[in-house]
Amino acid sequence: MDVELRDIDKTFGAVHANVGINLKVPAGTIQGLLGENGAGKSTLMKILSGFIRADAGEILLDGHPVIIRSPADAIQHGVGMLHQDPLDIPPMRVIDNFILGRKGGLTTDHTEAERDYRRLAEEFSFFIDQDAYVDTLTVGERQQLEILRLIWLGAKTLIFDEPTTGISAAQKMKLFAALRLLAKQGKTILFVSHKLEDVEGLCHRVAVLRQGVLVGEANPPYTTKKLVELMFGKTISVGERNPCGGGKASLSLRNLSVEDYRLKVQNVSLDVCCGEVIGLAGMEGSGQSLFLRSVAGLVRTVGGRILLDNQDLTGKSYHVFKHHGAAFLPASRLEEGLAAGMNLTEHIVLAEEARGFFINWEKSKELTQSRIAAFNIHGTPASPVESLSGGNQQRALLALLREPLSLLLLEHPTRGLDIESTIYIWSKLKERCRQGTCILFISSDLEEILQYSDRVLVFFSGKVAKPLESTSLSIEKLGELIGGKGWPESNSGKST
Amino acid sequence: MKKNTWINVGFQIGALVVALLISTLLLVAAGAPPLKAYGSIVSGAFGSLNNIENILITWSPLLLTTAGVLITFSAGLWNIGIEGQMTLGAIFATGVLRVLQNTQLPPALIIILGTLAGIIGGAFWAALAGALKTFGGVNEIFGGLGLNFVSTALTIYLVFGPWKRPGVGSMSGTQPFDQKLWLPSLPHSGLSPWALGISLVVIFAVYFMLRGTHLGLRLKAVGKNSKAAFLMGVPTWQYSMLAFLLCGAFAGLSGAIQVTSVYHRLLPNISGGFGFLGLMVAMLINYQALWAAPIAFFFAAVNIGSVQLQIQYKLDSSFAGVLQDLLVLLVLLGEGARQRFLKKV
Repeated sequence: MDVELRDIDKTFGAVHANVGINLKVPAGTIQGLLGENGAGKSTLMKILSGFIRADAGEILLDGHPVIIRSPADAIQHGVGMLHQDPLDIPPMRVIDNFILGRKGGLTTDHTEAERDYRRLAEEFSFFIDQDAYVDTLTVGERQQLEILRLIWLGAKTLIFDEPTTGISAAQKMKLFAALRLLAKQGKTILFVSHKLEDVEGLCHRVAVLRQGVLVGEANPPYTTKKLVELMFGKTISVGERNPCGGGKASLSLRNLSVEDYRLKVQNVSLDVCCGEVIGLAGMEGSGQSLFLRSVAGLVRTVGGRILLDNQDLTGKSYHVFKHHGAAFLPASRLEEGLAAGMNLTEHIVLAEEARGFFINWEKSKELTQSRIAAFNIHGTPASPVESLSGGNQQRALLALLREPLSLLLLEHPTRGLDIESTIYIWSKLKERCRQGTCILFISSDLEEILQYSDRVLVFFSGKVAKPLESTSLSIEKLGELIGGKGWPESNSGKST
Repeated sequence: MKKNTWINVGFQIGALVVALLISTLLLVAAGAPPLKAYGSIVSGAFGSLNNIENILITWSPLLLTTAGVLITFSAGLWNIGIEGQMTLGAIFATGVLRVLQNTQLPPALIIILGTLAGIIGGAFWAALAGALKTFGGVNEIFGGLGLNFVSTALTIYLVFGPWKRPGVGSMSGTQPFDQKLWLPSLPHSGLSPWALGISLVVIFAVYFMLRGTHLGLRLKAVGKNSKAAFLMGVPTWQYSMLAFLLCGAFAGLSGAIQVTSVYHRLLPNISGGFGFLGLMVAMLINYQALWAAPIAFFFAAVNIGSVQLQIQYKLDSSFAGVLQDLLVLLVLLGEGARQRFLKKV
């Protein structure tokens, strides 16, 4: 099926996620879609697969303009999408998941479906027991099930969103073989990824997105340097930093290991001294978030030790970490950081150490007013937090931090913020550093990582590189490392 | 700001009018003259001193259950199990009174001990629902509902089994307690100033707790966004549990008062729907504790007033429930409509 996207445009509030994107993919092609997080790849694919509607633009399938209103609509038109996290229903059997989503009468013809399932599984050499429960499968197997299901439903265009995250090397080979077979059968494959190696090894052509704009296309043979440059833009100058004053380690990690159902981060050792800033680089889901949350005490570690100011906090709960001067600011401000429906004063009261039984609202309001002034928040003590803009919410989160802090852990501290807010927030964070707080932060903005960190930890599929001096790095170098290139063969971490 | 206030008031009045309109239609359909029927509700509620006393007797347990659900609502919990918690309060109170009634202890002390037992019983039943949610992952709605059924079965077992009246057990309950174990009431009336006083103290205490204490604010934070509350340092499951315990305690207190001051015995369905009615009140006032007392009073008045409907027009007295539920539904609906309206404007 020929797929053509014409002038696709989409904005979410202030974010221009897709800017007039044009892309033509002929049938039988494996089209790569490359870009850093937030570049607009997923948005574009969700538009094509009916999860969201574009503000403007046209979709043409085999030359005919179509309107895709929902995922069910998309599959009617022959477009199916595999999401990064499988959207199956874990407590159901494989075969039931397979049948789910099929249009038809009230009853489903199990015998026919089971015959088709076996035939398709045979064709792609996917061997999953049809009676197994989905929650017993690996991510790779769930992906295989989803591929079979979409083909059975009649998908002629298949979209894969970061399909190689969280699957084993063997499963990856099997997946690639299946994709090549599908392409040979004339199906169109859209392969969204940030992994240069995967894209280079598989795709017939590559389109690169940056900040919502399709900035370029490439055909094999690919040059990595060119792709990285397209993904991240030009090199920028690196800002000044506070070199570690040779002080004693404030945070010490000894062979820290932590894992979730897809990733293992193993044997990370790191000493961070007072006032130092460590940037955690890597594509989303490479293990940096898991790592950061384990250092906050939010995720239980499976091995190693965490020492904060010489106190062993291994295995302690988040509230103990907090008591010892650690603070964690989540990326999703309104989901985890702030409570919608409550105002700024209430947040300040909650975040402060409670004294006595009753709240002194007058005093709390004054305190809130002073924080509002100190952090330049556009709002009043009575403003509900959900009424604030993103930048103001982020500043409000910073305003909630207690003093003094030994350790500040931040997920994407400036994501979605304009340049002015970003600079302001970093000036506040650097103020903390001067008071001796050490900072670990995650960002998908490589410029931000290079600009503000003293050292950088690069994550790739759960592997962690030795800490790198940020002065020794360039955007290109960092971009390659993030994309999984230029890693030494023997590394402590392993992917699953 | 000013304009929005008027819009809010407008939508609320609108909801009230529509609720009255629908219930009027229902009255017509049931063959009762609507205006006269409403008139008889009013006269049934306020027509005599006796009726007003009955309203106050009904008001007291409703205030307590409303106070309880205000706490669990603040913490974002749907404590449907409050009926069962009230029943357990009644069972525990009855149990203690039965054990101590033939001892030489002063009656006042026995009543106090029975009431405390009721509080513990309600809190215990709520703790079960809370533990099911916190440690077992059972939604509090299902846990509470299940425990309601268990509490009903337990009451019937006790009334017809170990605690049955001399002779044959009957739906009219256990053997009434001696008058010395009754919560003192006004002369020639069933109204106990003690019951009413305690209930009013509780509702005001809850109002101030939710409004002006760290405890109240933390419960609210857990209810609004438990993840954020956790990150801000609130031990979330402990606070959820505490909300259950407090709510259960008030429900249990209300059950104990039904035993010591209204029925003087344990009988099936002793909770009398006050738990659910308390949920209704809490929803109607949109969790603003300030309005709890007047709205609960209004509900109590409708309950008492519509007894007249049965006598005069042979209408089922459950018409009171229809009126109350319509009101709650339409006010909630009006709130949703208002938000959509404001979004568009």
